[in-house]
Amino acid sequence: MRVAELVMALAMAVFSLYLMWKSAELPIGWIPEEGPGGGAFPFWLSVGMLVCCVVIVIRWFRRTSPLSRSTEPYMDARTVRIFALAAGSLFVMVASIHLIGVYGAIPLFLIFYMRYMGSHPWRLTGVLAVAMPVVTFFFFEIALKISLPKGKTEPLFYPLYDMFL
Amino acid sequence: MEIFDLLMGGFAIALQPLNLGLIVFGCAVGLFIGAMPGLGSVNGVAILLPMTFLVPPTSAIIFLGAIYYGAMYGGAISSIMLGIPGASTAVATTFDGRPMALQGKADFALVAAATASFVGGSISIVLFTLFAPPLADVALAFGPPEEFALMILAFATFIGLGGDDIPKTFFSIFIGLVFSAVGLDIVSGQPRLIFFELPGFFHGVNFLVLAIGIYGIGEILWTMEVSKGNVVVSQANVTIRGIGKSLRALLKTTKTMLMGSFLGYFVGILPAAGATPGSLMAYGIAKATSKDSDSFGKGNVEGVVAPEAANNAASTGSMLPMLTLGIPGSPTTAILLGGMVIWGLEPGPLLFVEHKEFVWGLIASLYAANLFALLINIAFIPMFIWVLKMPFTILAPIIFILCIVGGYAPTNSMHDIWLMFIFGVVGYLMRKLDYPMAPAVLAIVLGPLAERSMRQSLIGSHGDMMTFFERPISGTIMVLGIVLLLLPLVKIVRRREAAT
Repeated sequence: MRVAELVMALAMAVFSLYLMWKSAELPIGWIPEEGPGGGAFPFWLSVGMLVCCVVIVIRWFRRTSPLSRSTEPYMDARTVRIFALAAGSLFVMVASIHLIGVYGAIPLFLIFYMRYMGSHPWRLTGVLAVAMPVVTFFFFEIALKISLPKGKTEPLFYPLYDMFL
Repeated sequence: MEIFDLLMGGFAIALQPLNLGLIVFGCAVGLFIGAMPGLGSVNGVAILLPMTFLVPPTSAIIFLGAIYYGAMYGGAISSIMLGIPGASTAVATTFDGRPMALQGKADFALVAAATASFVGGSISIVLFTLFAPPLADVALAFGPPEEFALMILAFATFIGLGGDDIPKTFFSIFIGLVFSAVGLDIVSGQPRLIFFELPGFFHGVNFLVLAIGIYGIGEILWTMEVSKGNVVVSQANVTIRGIGKSLRALLKTTKTMLMGSFLGYFVGILPAAGATPGSLMAYGIAKATSKDSDSFGKGNVEGVVAPEAANNAASTGSMLPMLTLGIPGSPTTAILLGGMVIWGLEPGPLLFVEHKEFVWGLIASLYAANLFALLINIAFIPMFIWVLKMPFTILAPIIFILCIVGGYAPTNSMHDIWLMFIFGVVGYLMRKLDYPMAPAVLAIVLGPLAERSMRQSLIGSHGDMMTFFERPISGTIMVLGIVLLLLPLVKIVRRREAAT
């Protein structure tokens, strides 16, 4: 925890500096007749973020906050595994939406998650992997008229559009 | 009389078949979400808000209000049956609810929690009905300095009363406000904070993207880590006869329920406080004032009714500043407020003038939601216990998918989906280091209003910051905000004095 506390504070300090630099693309001072410049609000807030990070780092060196004294690991092996699998599979799912669309990504994600992570039987996995995209299609595309991304699979949906829309 | 007439008009809206159906459905969904360990009203409302685009705004807010209510009831179920709070608002319920379940009194604990929730909800809605119109009348006189002062007060309450790490709370507020500034400058219209020149940032960072990222993806990652997997679900046999017997026994706890209800309501009004501190405070007072305080923590029913009455009352209390002042009283109401902006409604006192049917429809629906949540809760206890047994490896991917498609719906942008994923993962990593996330969500919702009111005030005063202190209402609110900001400093000085 102790190392993670420092790493996070330093990373956020760098991010704050980046935000200050980006904010300063617009005026950050007072413009006569117009008031505060367009960059003033985010710039001074980013300065505030940086000050907070500096305080967290100072506390870390002085060991005055609970986490700066903690000897517990930030993530144990079990947590790393769960996090990597869950966040990793979600990342792959979002990335695959660009190619195979929501209706291709959902079943693949469910099959991986339920079979590999949950060891659920094929029958249950299959039912959910089919039902979830069907319900999603009818709710979003038909009821809400919101077209979800379909990637390369778009032409497969033309008959369905003709049928329901 | 006028309030009564408006309320009756509200009932005419709330009891329309569509709205009534949404109340019942929302309560059931909320109970389900609330009963799941780790998930609460804020998760339910954040994930399901995009689904409400199908119905008119009044029906949408009624549905989300019902989810909010249902989740408050549902939180107690997993606290009692599993010993794992359904949400942070139900932590205090675990202290005595779980021991009662282990002693074979789970049915009594569940009925007590539901009854106390009903009492807390009922009292708070009546208080809400009485307080909201006069407060909105006062707020109608507010100008930009008063609005900005209110924003400062909202953020200051997180610092003074939030109970989280102070520099990290400040950081969370600042980063939320910076993200709210992404897009186009509200005065000059120039592009601002367009990271890596990605076109997706031109339309700003949608608050829903941050909210679903943190409360959907981040929360599930968190729950997967903290839930050990090996929990024992207690058994409860709820019968009509048993309910009658429990209700008679609960008459002895009337005083505690009333205390929890009033305390919860007024704590709920404070922006940073909300239901969690309200329920913990109610538990503490119930224990301190009880003749049998030694039995608290070992299965005293008063330890169940006090926090449950308080957390339901607080959930209604937190809607008061949201509707009358445009300032959310809790993370859930921050998301509701953001939803109102999406639906094209300007939160604040003008709602009471320009959108009476919306406001009073919501208020009336809360009365109905309170009743339906009670009935559904008691009638379907066995089903909720079954839900508790559902493996998280089924629930988690379904929620992840709801987050992805729900996050895409409002903006039709894959850019936002990636942003949501990043917010979820980074939010989870930061939460592990005690960075509070609720202030960031509040800040991104209030940010545009805070910047607009600040810049309007400063333009009007030619840059004189004293404009915030010279007007009586804004001056009073600013001083109150400064006092709250200094509160942690006073605590540190006192602690040091005590140590020396």
